Amino acid sequence: MAEILVLVEQVDGEIKKVTLELLTLARSLGEPSAVWAGPGYTDVAKARLSEYGAEKIYVADSADIADHLVAPKAELLASLVGSRSPAAVLIASTTEGKEVAGRLAIKTDSGVITDAVGVAEGFVAEQPVFGGGVIVHSKVAKGTPIIALRPNSTQPVATAGAGTEEKVDVALSDAARGARVVERVKEKTSSRPELTEAAIVVSGGRGVGADFSIIEQLADSLGAAVGASRAVTDSGWYPHEFQVGQTGKTVAPQLYIAAGISGAIQHRAGMQTAKTIVVINKDGQAPIWEIADFGVVGDLHKVLPQLIDEITKRK
Amino acid sequence: MNIVVCVKQVPDTATERKLRSDDNTIDRSANGVINELCEYAVEDALKLKEAYGGEVTVLTMGPDQATDAIRKALAMGADKAVHLSDEALHGSDALSTSYALSQALKKIGFDVVILGSESTDARTGMLAAMLAERLGVPQLTLASKIEVSGSAISIHRQTDYGYDKVEATLPAVVSVVEKPDPFKPRYPSFKGIMAAKKKPIEKIGIADAEIDPAQIGLAAAWSVVADFTPAPPRGKGVVVNDEGDGGTKAAEFLVSKKFI
Repeated sequence: MAEILVLVEQVDGEIKKVTLELLTLARSLGEPSAVWAGPGYTDVAKARLSEYGAEKIYVADSADIADHLVAPKAELLASLVGSRSPAAVLIASTTEGKEVAGRLAIKTDSGVITDAVGVAEGFVAEQPVFGGGVIVHSKVAKGTPIIALRPNSTQPVATAGAGTEEKVDVALSDAARGARVVERVKEKTSSRPELTEAAIVVSGGRGVGADFSIIEQLADSLGAAVGASRAVTDSGWYPHEFQVGQTGKTVAPQLYIAAGISGAIQHRAGMQTAKTIVVINKDGQAPIWEIADFGVVGDLHKVLPQLIDEITKRK
Repeated sequence: MNIVVCVKQVPDTATERKLRSDDNTIDRSANGVINELCEYAVEDALKLKEAYGGEVTVLTMGPDQATDAIRKALAMGADKAVHLSDEALHGSDALSTSYALSQALKKIGFDVVILGSESTDARTGMLAAMLAERLGVPQLTLASKIEVSGSAISIHRQTDYGYDKVEATLPAVVSVVEKPDPFKPRYPSFKGIMAAKKKPIEKIGIADAEIDPAQIGLAAAWSVVADFTPAPPRGKGVVVNDEGDGGTKAAEFLVSKKFI
């Protein structure tokens, strides 16, 4: 069976859920090989990747890869594409994943597709475009298909793979060492799931006000991530990295709760492919209602505390 | 400092955006506006000029009507513009676009190239990284803060956990993210709008930038759109008015869907 390379997305050795989704998808297309880039590779990582079907694991764990931005990962993948001739390369469609995919496409003279939510036989990718208003089927016409898939597009399913390790040494070029990461500043200490990966997202808009604690409490009662509309991040009420929308993150969770968000296209473009959308808004005419599966017309400062109580009671 | 800011004209997100049924490319006949994140790029370019001196050149690739986006950038305060416009570029994908722009950038010359981190039409978010790859210069992308000291440049790169501090030596390619006040893009003043009308816009074609016609346009595309359909409409939802039990009703809905 044809080999499919899957770039492992990990932070400090912890594998992100999207990688398990990519391995699951890769199994339907061929034989998955995980590619580990950067330090932090352990037996735990090996077990996890094998559990989800990695037949091979290419390990390039030099610190040099993580210490320089993006380019080393593209060089590593390009060298594997050259030596192994895989049928395709799958990468997470995160901000960094897409950058890796773009550089890899140039290095290997290959076509690249981003923001895919599925890949069918013949590597035909499905992409929602224009904020989810149009569904496109695309195909790579030259080289090795490089496809970046959005988190939450596939349900990860465990099926054991051999997980045969192969150490890969990369001699990074000077060009790949151009941008040096000198410090990683971790501003958040919360244990909430990451916004783009979360199964449930609770977002607040202008209607919430500057105090976001009610949104955080609801999120925590559901094990959800917190999101915000642009009105909120523009006002500095919540940091920009939590912004959902056209100029922020795109999310596609199982459940999206929008509280105090009017639902301008700017916001909807980032969330309207969510499976289930629940709205709490006092304006019954706001555009967000057009995409609501369930909603309460009312003051979120009254509705949300009651909702949190009910969730806590029923747990 | 020689600063080049890449600016893209995109279909207005407030209007219905379409793909063309004849060749599956983005319909650009609709109301075009400057891409929102490009305004942040122009703002950051102007701030660099104000702090370190030099000149800000706008570079736009796009059809003739993209002049509107260029004028906006000039009205904000950029000094001059280069407009790469050629029928042969129609239908170019990310690989072709990055190639064509990199050729134009080599012709213009630069210390820093600044872009918005993505466009609202294609939203691939790859262009800055691809330009860095093509030009063989450091990639400093997703910047929420930029600092220059002599030939050294450093940024805060926005991440899911906060930010990474990334350093490089000029020349470099920088992409920027949206920021809250007081870092939002300035509005063009009346004086700025009047002055923009007199600022030079140099129109160039592919031959001027030594762009190989075999590497651009729909025929050269590395990836193609096979077909497209409107997304299926969402089913009609259930809406209740809060009569003191809105939270309970919402909880009951979540239970019925097994989220609780």
